[in-house]
Amino acid sequence: MYSSLVMEHFSNPRNVGTIPDADGIGLEGNPVCGDLMKIFIKVSDGHITDVKFQTFGCGAAIATSSMVTEMVKGKTLEEALAITNRTVANALGGLPLNKMHCSNLAADALHKAIEDYRSKQKEKVGTG
Amino acid sequence: MPRLIYMDHAATTPVHPQVMEAMLPYFSEKYGNPSSVYGLAQEARKAVDEAREAVAEVLGCRPNEVIFTSGGTESDNTAIKGVAFAAKQSGNHIITSSVEHHAVIHTCHYLEKFGFEVTYLPVDQYGMVQLEDVEKAITPSTILVTIMLANNEIGTVQPIPEIARLIKDVNQKTRRGIALHTDAVQGAGLLDLNVNPLGVDLMSLSAHKCYGPKGMGVLYLRRGTPFAPQQTGGGQERHRRAGTENVAGIVGAGASLQRAAENRESYTAHCQALRDRLIEGIISTIPKTHVNGHPTHRLANNVNVAFEYVEGESILLHLDFAGVAASSGSACTSASLEPSHVLLATGLPVEIAHGSLRLTLGASNTAQDVDHVLSVLPGIVEKLRAMSPLAQAAKT
Repeated sequence: MYSSLVMEHFSNPRNVGTIPDADGIGLEGNPVCGDLMKIFIKVSDGHITDVKFQTFGCGAAIATSSMVTEMVKGKTLEEALAITNRTVANALGGLPLNKMHCSNLAADALHKAIEDYRSKQKEKVGTG
Repeated sequence: MPRLIYMDHAATTPVHPQVMEAMLPYFSEKYGNPSSVYGLAQEARKAVDEAREAVAEVLGCRPNEVIFTSGGTESDNTAIKGVAFAAKQSGNHIITSSVEHHAVIHTCHYLEKFGFEVTYLPVDQYGMVQLEDVEKAITPSTILVTIMLANNEIGTVQPIPEIARLIKDVNQKTRRGIALHTDAVQGAGLLDLNVNPLGVDLMSLSAHKCYGPKGMGVLYLRRGTPFAPQQTGGGQERHRRAGTENVAGIVGAGASLQRAAENRESYTAHCQALRDRLIEGIISTIPKTHVNGHPTHRLANNVNVAFEYVEGESILLHLDFAGVAASSGSACTSASLEPSHVLLATGLPVEIAHGSLRLTLGASNTAQDVDHVLSVLPGIVEKLRAMSPLAQAAKT
Protein backbone atom coordinates (compact mmCIF):
# COMPACT_ATOMS: atom_id res chain seq x y z
CA MET A 1 0.00 0.00 0.00
CA TYR A 2 2.93 2.39 0.61
CA SER A 3 5.78 3.07 -1.83
CA SER A 4 9.24 1.84 -0.84
CA LEU A 5 10.34 5.47 -0.42
CA VAL A 6 7.50 6.11 2.07
CA MET A 7 8.56 3.01 4.00
CA GLU A 8 12.19 4.14 3.88
CA HIS A 9 11.35 7.57 5.35
CA PHE A 10 9.01 5.98 7.90
CA SER A 11 11.71 3.55 9.07
CA ASN A 12 14.52 6.11 9.10
CA PRO A 13 12.88 9.49 9.51
CA ARG A 14 15.19 12.46 8.89
CA ASN A 15 15.39 15.48 11.19
CA VAL A 16 13.30 14.17 14.08
CA GLY A 17 13.36 16.38 17.15
CA THR A 18 12.91 19.92 18.33
CA ILE A 19 14.84 23.18 17.97
CA PRO A 20 14.76 24.86 21.41
CA ASP A 21 15.53 28.31 19.98
CA ALA A 22 13.47 27.89 16.80
CA ASP A 23 12.68 31.01 14.79
CA GLY A 24 9.32 29.57 13.77
CA ILE A 25 7.09 26.69 14.90
CA GLY A 26 4.16 25.29 12.92
CA LEU A 27 1.51 22.92 14.26
CA GLU A 28 -0.94 21.19 11.94
CA GLY A 29 -3.53 18.45 12.43
CA ASN A 30 -5.42 17.25 15.47
CA PRO A 31 -4.82 14.31 17.80
CA VAL A 32 -8.56 13.56 17.57
CA CYS A 33 -8.10 12.89 13.85
CA GLY A 34 -5.03 10.81 14.58
CA ASP A 35 -2.44 13.10 12.98
CA LEU A 36 -0.51 15.95 14.57
CA MET A 37 2.66 17.50 13.11
CA LYS A 38 4.96 20.08 14.62
CA ILE A 39 7.72 21.65 12.52
CA PHE A 40 10.55 23.81 13.89
CA ILE A 41 12.66 26.07 11.66
CA LYS A 42 15.77 28.19 12.00
CA VAL A 43 15.97 31.05 9.49
CA SER A 44 19.01 33.04 8.48
CA ASP A 45 19.28 35.51 5.63
CA GLY A 46 15.92 34.44 4.22
CA HIS A 47 17.00 30.77 4.11
CA ILE A 48 15.89 27.83 6.19
CA THR A 49 19.13 26.75 7.83
CA ASP A 50 17.75 24.03 10.09
CA VAL A 51 14.49 22.16 10.39
CA LYS A 52 13.18 19.48 12.77
CA PHE A 53 9.85 17.76 13.25
CA GLN A 54 7.72 15.84 15.72
CA THR A 55 4.78 13.83 14.47
CA PHE A 56 2.00 11.76 16.01
CA GLY A 57 0.39 9.79 13.24
CA CYS A 58 0.41 6.98 10.74
CA GLY A 59 3.11 5.90 8.32
CA ALA A 60 2.16 8.57 5.77
CA ALA A 61 2.18 11.31 8.41
CA ILE A 62 5.68 10.40 9.56
CA ALA A 63 7.08 9.90 6.05
CA THR A 64 5.69 13.20 4.70
CA SER A 65 7.08 15.04 7.73
CA SER A 66 10.49 13.54 7.16
CA MET A 67 10.37 14.26 3.42
CA VAL A 68 9.34 17.89 3.80
CA THR A 69 12.23 18.57 6.18
CA GLU A 70 14.66 17.14 3.62
CA MET A 71 13.11 19.19 0.83
CA VAL A 72 13.34 22.58 2.56
CA LYS A 73 16.72 22.57 4.21
CA GLY A 74 18.78 25.39 2.69
CA LYS A 75 15.82 26.69 0.65
CA THR A 76 14.61 30.30 0.70
CA LEU A 77 11.31 30.99 2.45
CA GLU A 78 9.69 31.64 -0.94
CA GLU A 79 10.93 28.31 -2.28
CA ALA A 80 9.67 26.60 0.88
CA LEU A 81 6.24 28.23 0.55
CA ALA A 82 5.98 26.90 -3.00
CA ILE A 83 6.12 23.33 -1.66
CA THR A 84 2.62 21.87 -1.30
CA ASN A 85 1.28 18.72 0.31
CA ARG A 86 0.96 17.30 -3.20
CA THR A 87 4.63 18.06 -4.03
CA VAL A 88 5.63 16.19 -0.87
CA ALA A 89 3.44 13.23 -1.75
CA ASN A 90 4.86 13.16 -5.29
CA ALA A 91 8.42 13.29 -3.96
CA LEU A 92 7.60 10.16 -1.96
CA GLY A 93 6.40 8.34 -5.07
CA GLY A 94 2.74 8.98 -4.23
CA LEU A 95 0.50 8.10 -1.30
CA PRO A 96 -2.53 5.80 -1.07
CA LEU A 97 -5.68 7.76 -1.93
CA ASN A 98 -7.15 7.56 1.58
CA LYS A 99 -3.97 9.11 2.97
CA MET A 100 -3.95 12.16 0.68
CA HIS A 101 -6.41 14.11 2.84
CA CYS A 102 -5.88 13.17 6.44
CA SER A 103 -2.19 12.42 6.78
CA ASN A 104 -0.62 14.61 4.12
CA LEU A 105 -0.23 17.82 6.14
CA ALA A 106 3.52 18.28 6.38
CA ALA A 107 3.74 21.18 3.91
CA ASP A 108 0.89 22.93 5.76
CA ALA A 109 2.81 22.56 9.03
CA LEU A 110 5.91 23.98 7.32
CA HIS A 111 3.93 26.97 5.97
CA LYS A 112 2.61 27.62 9.47
CA ALA A 113 6.17 27.61 10.80
CA ILE A 114 7.13 30.21 8.18
CA GLU A 115 4.06 32.31 9.06
CA ASP A 116 5.05 32.05 12.72
CA TYR A 117 8.57 33.21 11.86
CA ARG A 118 7.26 36.15 9.83
CA SER A 119 4.80 37.30 12.49
CA LYS A 120 7.56 37.14 15.09
CA GLN A 121 9.76 39.28 12.80
CA LYS A 122 6.94 41.84 12.51
CA GLU A 123 6.58 41.91 16.29
CA LYS A 124 10.31 42.53 16.61
CA VAL A 125 10.10 45.40 14.16
CA GLY A 126 7.01 46.76 15.92
CA THR A 127 8.42 46.61 19.42
CA GLY A 128 11.98 47.44 18.39
CA MET B 1 13.41 -14.10 6.26
CA PRO B 2 12.28 -15.21 9.72
CA ARG B 3 8.96 -17.01 10.16
CA LEU B 4 5.92 -14.71 10.20
CA ILE B 5 4.38 -14.47 13.65
CA TYR B 6 0.69 -14.25 12.84
CA MET B 7 -1.28 -12.64 15.67
CA ASP B 8 -4.40 -11.57 13.81
CA HIS B 9 -6.60 -14.64 14.22
CA ALA B 10 -9.69 -12.50 14.86
CA ALA B 11 -9.26 -11.22 11.28
CA THR B 12 -8.93 -14.66 9.75
CA THR B 13 -7.24 -18.02 10.22
CA PRO B 14 -5.50 -20.40 7.81
CA VAL B 15 -7.55 -23.31 6.53
CA HIS B 16 -6.59 -26.39 8.55
CA PRO B 17 -5.03 -29.14 6.36
CA GLN B 18 -7.73 -31.64 7.43
CA VAL B 19 -10.43 -29.15 6.49
CA MET B 20 -8.82 -28.51 3.11
CA GLU B 21 -8.46 -32.24 2.50
CA ALA B 22 -12.15 -32.73 3.19
CA MET B 23 -13.02 -29.94 0.73
CA LEU B 24 -10.78 -30.89 -2.19
CA PRO B 25 -12.85 -33.67 -3.80
CA TYR B 26 -15.79 -31.30 -4.23
CA PHE B 27 -14.09 -28.93 -6.66
CA SER B 28 -13.48 -31.05 -9.75
CA GLU B 29 -14.13 -34.66 -8.82
CA LYS B 30 -17.49 -34.75 -7.01
CA TYR B 31 -18.65 -31.55 -8.67
CA GLY B 32 -22.33 -32.37 -9.11
CA ASN B 33 -25.12 -29.94 -8.29
CA PRO B 34 -26.80 -31.25 -5.12
CA SER B 35 -30.22 -30.53 -6.67
CA SER B 36 -29.70 -32.97 -9.58
CA VAL B 37 -30.79 -36.61 -9.51
CA TYR B 38 -27.88 -38.70 -10.81
CA GLY B 39 -25.23 -40.38 -8.68
CA LEU B 40 -22.60 -37.64 -9.10
CA ALA B 41 -25.03 -35.07 -7.76
CA GLN B 42 -26.14 -37.29 -4.93
CA GLU B 43 -22.55 -37.50 -3.69
CA ALA B 44 -22.61 -33.74 -3.36
CA ARG B 45 -26.04 -33.83 -1.71
CA LYS B 46 -24.75 -36.34 0.83
CA ALA B 47 -21.73 -34.13 1.61
CA VAL B 48 -23.99 -31.11 2.20
CA ASP B 49 -26.31 -33.15 4.42
CA GLU B 50 -23.43 -34.51 6.46
CA ALA B 51 -21.92 -31.06 6.93
CA ARG B 52 -25.31 -29.77 8.08
CA GLU B 53 -25.57 -32.62 10.60
CA ALA B 54 -22.06 -31.88 11.87
CA VAL B 55 -22.94 -28.22 12.42
CA ALA B 56 -26.25 -29.15 14.05
CA GLU B 57 -24.37 -31.35 16.49
CA VAL B 58 -22.06 -28.45 17.43
CA LEU B 59 -25.03 -26.14 17.91
CA GLY B 60 -27.25 -28.70 19.65
CA CYS B 61 -30.04 -28.10 17.14
CA ARG B 62 -31.91 -29.86 14.34
CA PRO B 63 -30.12 -30.06 10.99
CA ASN B 64 -32.98 -28.20 9.31
CA GLU B 65 -32.35 -25.24 11.61
CA VAL B 66 -28.92 -24.77 9.99
CA ILE B 67 -28.69 -22.49 6.93
CA PHE B 68 -25.44 -22.19 5.01
CA THR B 69 -24.57 -18.66 3.85
CA SER B 70 -21.64 -16.83 2.28
CA GLY B 71 -20.23 -15.71 5.64
CA GLY B 72 -20.77 -13.89 8.90
CA THR B 73 -21.89 -10.70 7.18
CA GLU B 74 -24.59 -12.47 5.17
CA SER B 75 -25.72 -14.38 8.25
CA ASP B 76 -26.07 -11.13 10.22
CA ASN B 77 -27.89 -9.39 7.36
CA THR B 78 -30.22 -12.34 6.79
CA ALA B 79 -30.98 -12.80 10.48
CA ILE B 80 -31.77 -9.16 11.20
CA LYS B 81 -33.60 -8.27 7.99
CA GLY B 82 -35.24 -11.70 7.93
CA VAL B 83 -36.85 -11.24 11.34
CA ALA B 84 -37.53 -7.51 10.86
CA PHE B 85 -39.49 -7.93 7.64
CA ALA B 86 -41.29 -11.06 8.81
CA ALA B 87 -42.36 -9.56 12.16
CA LYS B 88 -43.23 -6.09 10.88
CA GLN B 89 -46.91 -6.66 11.69
CA SER B 90 -46.01 -7.14 15.37
CA GLY B 91 -43.72 -4.15 15.71
CA ASN B 92 -40.87 -2.11 14.29
CA HIS B 93 -38.39 -1.86 17.15
CA ILE B 94 -34.97 -3.51 17.27
CA ILE B 95 -32.51 -3.46 20.15
CA THR B 96 -28.79 -3.84 19.55
CA SER B 97 -25.58 -2.61 21.16
CA SER B 98 -23.14 0.14 20.27
CA VAL B 99 -20.24 -2.33 20.02
CA GLU B 100 -21.61 -4.68 17.36
CA HIS B 101 -19.73 -5.57 14.20
CA HIS B 102 -20.54 -3.28 11.26
CA ALA B 103 -22.44 -6.16 9.65
CA VAL B 104 -25.01 -5.69 12.42
CA ILE B 105 -24.79 -1.92 12.98
CA HIS B 106 -24.99 -1.00 9.29
CA THR B 107 -27.84 -3.46 8.76
CA CYS B 108 -29.71 -1.71 11.58
CA HIS B 109 -28.96 1.70 10.00
CA TYR B 110 -30.35 0.33 6.73
CA LEU B 111 -33.56 -0.82 8.42
CA GLU B 112 -34.00 2.62 9.98
CA LYS B 113 -34.47 3.93 6.42
CA PHE B 114 -37.38 1.52 6.05
CA GLY B 115 -39.37 2.61 9.10
CA PHE B 116 -37.72 0.49 11.78
CA GLU B 117 -36.59 2.03 15.03
CA VAL B 118 -33.34 0.90 16.58
CA THR B 119 -31.98 1.31 20.10
CA TYR B 120 -28.18 1.12 20.30
CA LEU B 121 -27.45 0.16 23.89
CA PRO B 122 -24.45 1.70 25.64
CA VAL B 123 -21.76 -0.48 27.23
CA ASP B 124 -19.68 -0.13 30.36
CA GLN B 125 -15.94 0.63 30.40
CA TYR B 126 -15.23 -3.02 29.56
CA GLY B 127 -17.54 -3.09 26.57
CA MET B 128 -20.22 -5.06 28.41
CA VAL B 129 -23.95 -4.61 27.77
CA GLN B 130 -25.95 -4.16 30.99
CA LEU B 131 -29.00 -6.38 31.54
CA GLU B 132 -31.05 -3.53 33.01
CA ASP B 133 -30.37 -1.47 29.87
CA VAL B 134 -31.80 -4.28 27.73
CA GLU B 135 -34.83 -4.51 29.99
CA LYS B 136 -35.44 -0.75 29.93
CA ALA B 137 -35.13 -0.61 26.14
CA ILE B 138 -37.87 -3.17 25.49
CA THR B 139 -41.09 -1.54 24.25
CA PRO B 140 -44.42 -3.04 23.13
CA SER B 141 -43.15 -2.82 19.54
CA THR B 142 -39.82 -4.60 20.10
CA ILE B 143 -39.46 -7.56 17.73
CA LEU B 144 -35.75 -8.36 17.82
CA VAL B 145 -32.78 -8.10 20.14
CA THR B 146 -29.40 -8.61 18.48
CA ILE B 147 -26.32 -8.64 20.72
CA MET B 148 -23.00 -10.22 19.82
CA LEU B 149 -21.66 -13.20 21.75
CA ALA B 150 -18.10 -11.83 21.87
CA ASN B 151 -16.58 -8.66 20.56
CA ASN B 152 -14.23 -8.86 17.59
CA GLU B 153 -12.03 -5.98 18.73
CA ILE B 154 -11.79 -6.17 22.51
CA GLY B 155 -12.95 -9.75 23.10
CA THR B 156 -15.60 -8.92 25.70
CA VAL B 157 -18.06 -11.81 26.10
CA GLN B 158 -21.65 -10.60 26.50
CA PRO B 159 -24.12 -12.15 28.97
CA ILE B 160 -26.22 -13.81 26.25
CA PRO B 161 -27.86 -16.53 28.46
CA GLU B 162 -28.98 -13.82 30.92
CA ILE B 163 -30.33 -11.64 28.11
CA ALA B 164 -32.14 -14.71 26.73
CA ARG B 165 -33.79 -15.41 30.10
CA LEU B 166 -34.88 -11.79 30.37
CA ILE B 167 -36.46 -11.88 26.91
CA LYS B 168 -38.12 -15.22 27.61
CA ASP B 169 -39.71 -13.74 30.75
CA VAL B 170 -40.96 -10.71 28.83
CA ASN B 171 -42.31 -12.94 26.08
CA GLN B 172 -44.14 -15.16 28.57
CA LYS B 173 -45.59 -12.28 30.57
CA THR B 174 -46.74 -10.30 27.57
CA ARG B 175 -47.49 -13.22 25.21
CA ARG B 176 -45.08 -11.86 22.66
CA GLY B 177 -42.35 -13.28 20.50
CA ILE B 178 -39.31 -11.05 20.67
CA ALA B 179 -36.52 -12.93 18.89
CA LEU B 180 -32.90 -13.00 20.08
CA HIS B 181 -30.06 -13.06 17.57
CA THR B 182 -26.39 -13.27 18.42
CA ASP B 183 -23.43 -12.64 16.17
CA ALA B 184 -21.19 -15.46 17.44
CA VAL B 185 -18.59 -15.14 14.69
CA GLN B 186 -15.71 -14.57 17.12
CA GLY B 187 -16.84 -17.32 19.47
CA ALA B 188 -16.18 -20.33 17.23
CA GLY B 189 -13.54 -22.57 18.75
CA LEU B 190 -13.39 -20.50 21.92
CA LEU B 191 -16.91 -20.53 23.40
CA ASP B 192 -19.71 -23.07 23.77
CA LEU B 193 -21.97 -22.58 20.75
CA ASN B 194 -24.82 -24.79 21.95
CA VAL B 195 -27.91 -22.70 21.22
CA ASN B 196 -29.94 -24.07 24.12
CA PRO B 197 -27.85 -22.90 27.07
CA LEU B 198 -27.32 -19.69 25.11
CA GLY B 199 -31.08 -19.38 24.61
CA VAL B 200 -30.84 -17.69 21.22
CA ASP B 201 -33.29 -17.93 18.30
CA LEU B 202 -30.77 -16.98 15.64
CA MET B 203 -27.00 -17.16 15.56
CA SER B 204 -24.40 -16.11 12.97
CA LEU B 205 -21.14 -17.96 12.43
CA SER B 206 -18.25 -17.72 9.99
CA ALA B 207 -16.00 -20.61 8.94
CA HIS B 208 -12.79 -18.66 8.29
CA LYS B 209 -12.53 -17.56 11.91
CA CYS B 210 -12.01 -21.18 12.99
CA TYR B 211 -9.62 -22.62 10.39
CA GLY B 212 -12.26 -23.04 7.69
CA PRO B 213 -12.63 -21.39 4.27
CA LYS B 214 -13.49 -17.74 3.67
CA GLY B 215 -16.84 -17.02 2.07
CA MET B 216 -18.71 -19.56 4.21
CA GLY B 217 -21.08 -18.81 7.03
CA VAL B 218 -23.83 -20.44 9.03
CA LEU B 219 -27.10 -19.01 10.21
CA TYR B 220 -28.88 -20.92 12.94
CA LEU B 221 -32.63 -20.29 12.75
CA ARG B 222 -34.70 -21.78 15.57
CA ARG B 223 -37.88 -23.48 14.36
CA GLY B 224 -40.87 -21.15 14.68
CA THR B 225 -38.88 -17.89 14.52
CA PRO B 226 -40.47 -15.33 12.17
CA PHE B 227 -38.26 -15.19 9.10
CA ALA B 228 -38.47 -13.71 5.61
CA PRO B 229 -35.81 -15.04 3.20
CA GLN B 230 -33.45 -12.37 1.96
CA GLN B 231 -32.23 -14.23 -1.10
CA THR B 232 -34.90 -15.68 -3.35
CA GLY B 233 -34.54 -18.05 -6.28
CA GLY B 234 -34.36 -21.82 -6.24
CA GLY B 235 -35.56 -23.86 -3.29
CA GLN B 236 -32.15 -24.47 -1.72
CA GLU B 237 -31.75 -24.38 2.08
CA ARG B 238 -35.50 -25.10 2.39
CA HIS B 239 -36.38 -21.88 0.56
CA ARG B 240 -34.57 -19.81 3.17
CA ARG B 241 -31.45 -19.04 1.11
CA ALA B 242 -31.65 -19.61 -2.60
CA GLY B 243 -28.67 -20.40 -4.81
CA THR B 244 -26.68 -23.48 -5.77
CA GLU B 245 -24.84 -24.70 -2.71
CA ASN B 246 -21.12 -23.98 -2.34
CA VAL B 247 -20.54 -27.67 -1.76
CA ALA B 248 -16.80 -27.56 -1.07
CA GLY B 249 -17.30 -24.52 1.15
CA ILE B 250 -20.12 -26.18 3.06
CA VAL B 251 -17.97 -29.27 3.60
CA GLY B 252 -15.20 -26.98 4.85
CA ALA B 253 -17.55 -25.07 7.15
CA GLY B 254 -18.87 -28.31 8.64
CA ALA B 255 -15.40 -29.77 9.11
CA SER B 256 -13.95 -26.57 10.63
CA LEU B 257 -16.79 -26.00 13.09
CA GLN B 258 -16.75 -29.65 14.12
CA ARG B 259 -12.97 -29.56 14.65
CA ALA B 260 -13.23 -26.29 16.56
CA ALA B 261 -15.86 -27.71 18.92
CA GLU B 262 -13.88 -30.91 19.51
CA ASN B 263 -10.66 -29.05 20.30
CA ARG B 264 -12.25 -26.16 22.14
CA GLU B 265 -10.91 -26.94 25.61
CA SER B 266 -7.27 -27.44 24.64
CA TYR B 267 -7.38 -24.56 22.13
CA THR B 268 -8.81 -22.18 24.72
CA ALA B 269 -6.19 -23.21 27.28
CA HIS B 270 -3.39 -22.79 24.72
CA CYS B 271 -4.56 -19.31 23.72
CA GLN B 272 -5.34 -18.14 27.23
CA ALA B 273 -1.88 -18.93 28.57
CA LEU B 274 -0.32 -16.92 25.74
CA ARG B 275 -2.85 -14.12 26.13
CA ASP B 276 -2.13 -13.67 29.83
CA ARG B 277 1.62 -13.78 29.27
CA LEU B 278 1.29 -11.14 26.55
CA ILE B 279 -0.96 -8.75 28.50
CA GLU B 280 1.15 -9.07 31.63
CA GLY B 281 4.36 -8.52 29.65
CA ILE B 282 3.02 -5.46 27.85
CA ILE B 283 1.62 -3.65 30.87
CA SER B 284 4.70 -4.37 32.97
CA THR B 285 7.14 -3.00 30.35
CA ILE B 286 5.27 -0.17 28.61
CA PRO B 287 4.02 2.74 30.73
CA LYS B 288 0.82 4.64 29.89
CA THR B 289 -0.84 1.58 28.42
CA HIS B 290 -4.57 0.86 28.65
CA VAL B 291 -5.93 -2.69 28.48
CA ASN B 292 -9.19 -2.62 26.51
CA GLY B 293 -12.00 -5.10 27.12
CA HIS B 294 -13.07 -7.08 30.15
CA PRO B 295 -10.46 -8.48 32.56
CA THR B 296 -12.17 -11.88 32.85
CA HIS B 297 -15.23 -12.09 30.55
CA ARG B 298 -12.91 -12.06 27.58
CA LEU B 299 -12.11 -14.29 24.62
CA ALA B 300 -9.13 -16.50 25.45
CA ASN B 301 -7.22 -15.33 22.37
CA ASN B 302 -7.79 -11.56 22.55
CA VAL B 303 -5.27 -8.92 23.58
CA ASN B 304 -6.27 -5.30 23.01
CA VAL B 305 -4.19 -2.47 24.40
CA ALA B 306 -3.85 1.24 23.68
CA PHE B 307 -0.64 3.20 24.06
CA GLU B 308 -0.87 6.91 24.77
CA TYR B 309 0.83 9.40 22.39
CA VAL B 310 1.33 6.99 19.47
CA GLU B 311 -0.77 6.01 16.48
CA GLY B 312 -1.78 2.44 15.73
CA GLU B 313 -0.80 2.14 12.09
CA SER B 314 2.76 3.17 12.88
CA ILE B 315 2.93 0.42 15.50
CA LEU B 316 1.60 -2.11 12.98
CA LEU B 317 4.17 -1.12 10.35
CA HIS B 318 7.03 -1.50 12.82
CA LEU B 319 5.63 -4.83 14.03
CA ASP B 320 5.45 -5.94 10.40
CA PHE B 321 9.17 -5.08 9.97
CA ALA B 322 9.76 -7.28 13.04
CA GLY B 323 7.80 -10.14 11.45
CA VAL B 324 4.59 -9.75 13.46
CA ALA B 325 1.13 -9.42 11.87
CA ALA B 326 -1.42 -7.60 14.07
CA SER B 327 -4.22 -5.04 13.77
CA SER B 328 -5.41 -1.76 15.26
CA GLY B 329 -8.59 0.18 15.89
CA SER B 330 -6.94 3.35 14.65
CA ALA B 331 -8.74 5.38 11.98
CA CYS B 332 -5.75 5.08 9.69
CA THR B 333 -6.19 1.35 9.41
CA SER B 334 -9.87 1.53 8.54
CA ALA B 335 -11.69 2.94 5.55
CA SER B 336 -13.29 5.64 7.70
CA LEU B 337 -11.65 8.59 9.41
CA GLU B 338 -12.98 7.57 12.81
CA PRO B 339 -11.18 5.30 15.21
CA SER B 340 -12.93 2.15 16.43
CA HIS B 341 -16.57 2.71 17.47
CA VAL B 342 -16.06 -0.10 19.99
CA LEU B 343 -13.20 1.62 21.81
CA LEU B 344 -15.08 4.93 21.78
CA ALA B 345 -18.19 3.22 23.21
CA THR B 346 -16.11 2.03 26.18
CA GLY B 347 -15.31 5.67 26.90
CA LEU B 348 -11.68 5.55 25.78
CA PRO B 349 -10.64 9.08 24.68
CA VAL B 350 -10.44 9.35 20.91
CA GLU B 351 -6.73 10.25 20.74
CA ILE B 352 -5.88 7.18 22.83
CA ALA B 353 -8.15 4.99 20.69
CA HIS B 354 -5.88 5.89 17.74
CA GLY B 355 -3.05 4.14 19.59
CA SER B 356 -4.76 0.79 19.96
CA LEU B 357 -3.20 -2.55 19.12
CA ARG B 358 -5.03 -5.86 18.81
CA LEU B 359 -3.10 -9.13 18.98
CA THR B 360 -5.28 -12.22 18.55
CA LEU B 361 -3.69 -15.57 19.22
CA GLY B 362 -4.16 -18.93 17.59
CA ALA B 363 -2.91 -22.43 16.99
CA SER B 364 0.42 -21.46 15.40
CA ASN B 365 1.50 -19.15 18.23
CA THR B 366 4.00 -20.21 20.87
CA ALA B 367 5.43 -18.76 24.06
CA GLN B 368 8.53 -17.85 21.99
CA ASP B 369 6.29 -15.79 19.68
CA VAL B 370 4.89 -13.94 22.66
CA ASP B 371 8.40 -13.31 23.95
CA HIS B 372 9.47 -12.02 20.54
CA VAL B 373 6.59 -9.52 20.56
CA LEU B 374 7.48 -8.53 24.11
CA SER B 375 11.10 -8.01 23.05
CA VAL B 376 10.28 -5.66 20.15
CA LEU B 377 7.11 -3.83 21.20
CA PRO B 378 8.53 -1.63 24.01
CA GLY B 379 11.21 -0.32 21.62
CA ILE B 380 8.65 0.42 18.92
CA VAL B 381 6.42 2.39 21.29
CA GLU B 382 9.43 4.19 22.71
CA LYS B 383 10.71 5.16 19.25
CA LEU B 384 7.29 6.50 18.22
CA ARG B 385 6.82 8.34 21.49
CA ALA B 386 10.24 9.94 21.06
CA MET B 387 8.98 11.62 17.90
CA SER B 388 5.47 12.38 19.17
CA PRO B 389 4.59 16.00 20.00
CA LEU B 390 1.92 14.64 22.37
CA ALA B 391 4.45 12.81 24.53
CA GLN B 392 6.58 15.95 24.57
CA ALA B 393 3.58 18.08 25.60
CA ALA B 394 2.70 15.66 28.42
CA LYS B 395 6.22 15.89 29.83
CA THR B 396 6.18 19.67 30.11
